[in-house]
Amino acid sequence: MIKPTTPIKAESRNLNFFYNGGNHALKSVSMPLYENKITALIGPSGCGKSTFLRCFNRMHDLYPGNKYQGEIVMHPDNTNILEQGVDPIEVRMRISMVFQKPNPFPKSIYENVAYGLRVRGENNKRMLDDKVEEALKGAALWNEAKDRLQDLAFNLSGGQQQRLCIARALATDPEIMLFDEPTSALDPIATANIEELMSELKQKLTILVVTHNMQQAARVSDYTAYMYLGELMEYDDTNTIFTRPSRKETEDYITGKFG
Amino acid sequence: MMSTNMTTETPPAPASALKNLGEVRAMIKRHKLNDYMFSLIGLLALTLALLTLLTLFTDLVMDGYQRFNMEFLTEFPSRRAAHAGLLSAWVGSALVMLVTFLVAVPMGVAAGLYLEEYAPKNWFSDLIEINVTNLAGVPSIVYGLLALGLFVYILDLGQSILTAGLTLGLLILPIVIVSTRESIRAIPIAIREAAYAVGATKWQVVYDHVLKYSYGGILTGVIIGMARALGETAPIITIGALTFIAFLPPTPVTDVAPFINFEWLSSGFTVLPIQMFNWLSRPDHAFHINAAATGAIIIVVTLLMNGTAIYLRYKIRKNIKW
Repeated sequence: MIKPTTPIKAESRNLNFFYNGGNHALKSVSMPLYENKITALIGPSGCGKSTFLRCFNRMHDLYPGNKYQGEIVMHPDNTNILEQGVDPIEVRMRISMVFQKPNPFPKSIYENVAYGLRVRGENNKRMLDDKVEEALKGAALWNEAKDRLQDLAFNLSGGQQQRLCIARALATDPEIMLFDEPTSALDPIATANIEELMSELKQKLTILVVTHNMQQAARVSDYTAYMYLGELMEYDDTNTIFTRPSRKETEDYITGKFG
Repeated sequence: MMSTNMTTETPPAPASALKNLGEVRAMIKRHKLNDYMFSLIGLLALTLALLTLLTLFTDLVMDGYQRFNMEFLTEFPSRRAAHAGLLSAWVGSALVMLVTFLVAVPMGVAAGLYLEEYAPKNWFSDLIEINVTNLAGVPSIVYGLLALGLFVYILDLGQSILTAGLTLGLLILPIVIVSTRESIRAIPIAIREAAYAVGATKWQVVYDHVLKYSYGGILTGVIIGMARALGETAPIITIGALTFIAFLPPTPVTDVAPFINFEWLSSGFTVLPIQMFNWLSRPDHAFHINAAATGAIIIVVTLLMNGTAIYLRYKIRKNIKW
């Protein structure tokens, strides 16, 4: 059970989403993200979990014809980030994202991490140096990268690249960080590193993670949402979802009878 | 090795399976024959094409090698073939290419970027796309006629370096636009999304990423377009380039302030292929030697330009892996 006093960082209210062409991908999804907690989204392929995640940084705005209905409200300022008047760039300045496949820029390690700050007009070398170091430390990459900051990011291993992408997302001090299946392209050791990192990151920020891997959801998350066909089927603290789910569908999915 | 181990460990296969294996092997052999056949045909086609070019080039070199000396590059054309040189032609070509570059690159890259990144995708942009592709196939003499009407008569720019540069610039514009768009399209969506996700605006994405990762490909398109423009004769003749020029345009850089002047833009000129054409049309065989030497030089310069394009692309792509 979720304690009613847990502070909420953001919540979707009756969120509907339509892809260009009319595919109704999210159906009245209402759920909170609790502050400094990790919320995991699980469900079979095509259930809308990535679509839901990408609403939080308005990624869908990059492609024409996509339509949101409903609200995603951020606290404490009560901004509805889906509102017409709210610039998606403003939203992305507050909520950063780590993608499924590591996608570093073909630039140096340093420039990859610094890019979010450069976009914000930060050009002070000292300031950038400090922030880059802080972000790389936060992403547990500093020891491996400190002597090769000017190396191309592509020369890092896959797991290191993903941690670099986390550092890039971290450097701008986001309030919420989105992880879209962050370990699906990584080996088990790199996966364990990323999971450990996520648990540390939640001291500072709120995390929403999409995962295909149910053990991962059970290991890292505090709350878990099970989605199916664009609907939120069940949302509860992770322990409850994995031990005593209240819906039969959730139990079937978690026990592997389905999905 | 694997297969021998396998056969010793597995129980003997029934006779029917072995017979099938024989058939499978025969079938693979039959199918592989197609591989050999095709690589043979491909190799033949390639050799034929290269041999033709090589023959042409050797022929030009054999005919013109006597003129491969500095004098050929430092002398003006002359009535005496042995003393006639390419000075006015190569300077003319270089200046025309400079104008062509300055016209085609900013316009072509801007148009390509706009079409790819900013323009809404609808029937109108489709129409523009089809037309741009078509423009690349318009015969160059048509550009010459357009330039004669527009630049020479209406805008009164004269039969000048500026007119020639603008004409060739227009001619290679579609090449630049298409290569720009293709290089931009090669950038993975994931990279764009990564940039947008940290809060970049469209222009920041374009300037910091799209242009930086695609300029190798754009440059290749530009150089290949320029190499084509270098050899273009028809449109230059159409706008009325002179064929016998014994003077140089005013120099673009001077020793008095403001150190640059633009008089050269309105100067008369000739270019390498026209000089070649002029010598070729003389009855005196001695001039044909000059023409052959010029032809060889044009081919070498063109190959060098294309070689540079390939090298640059390789060098720039080396740091980009996706």
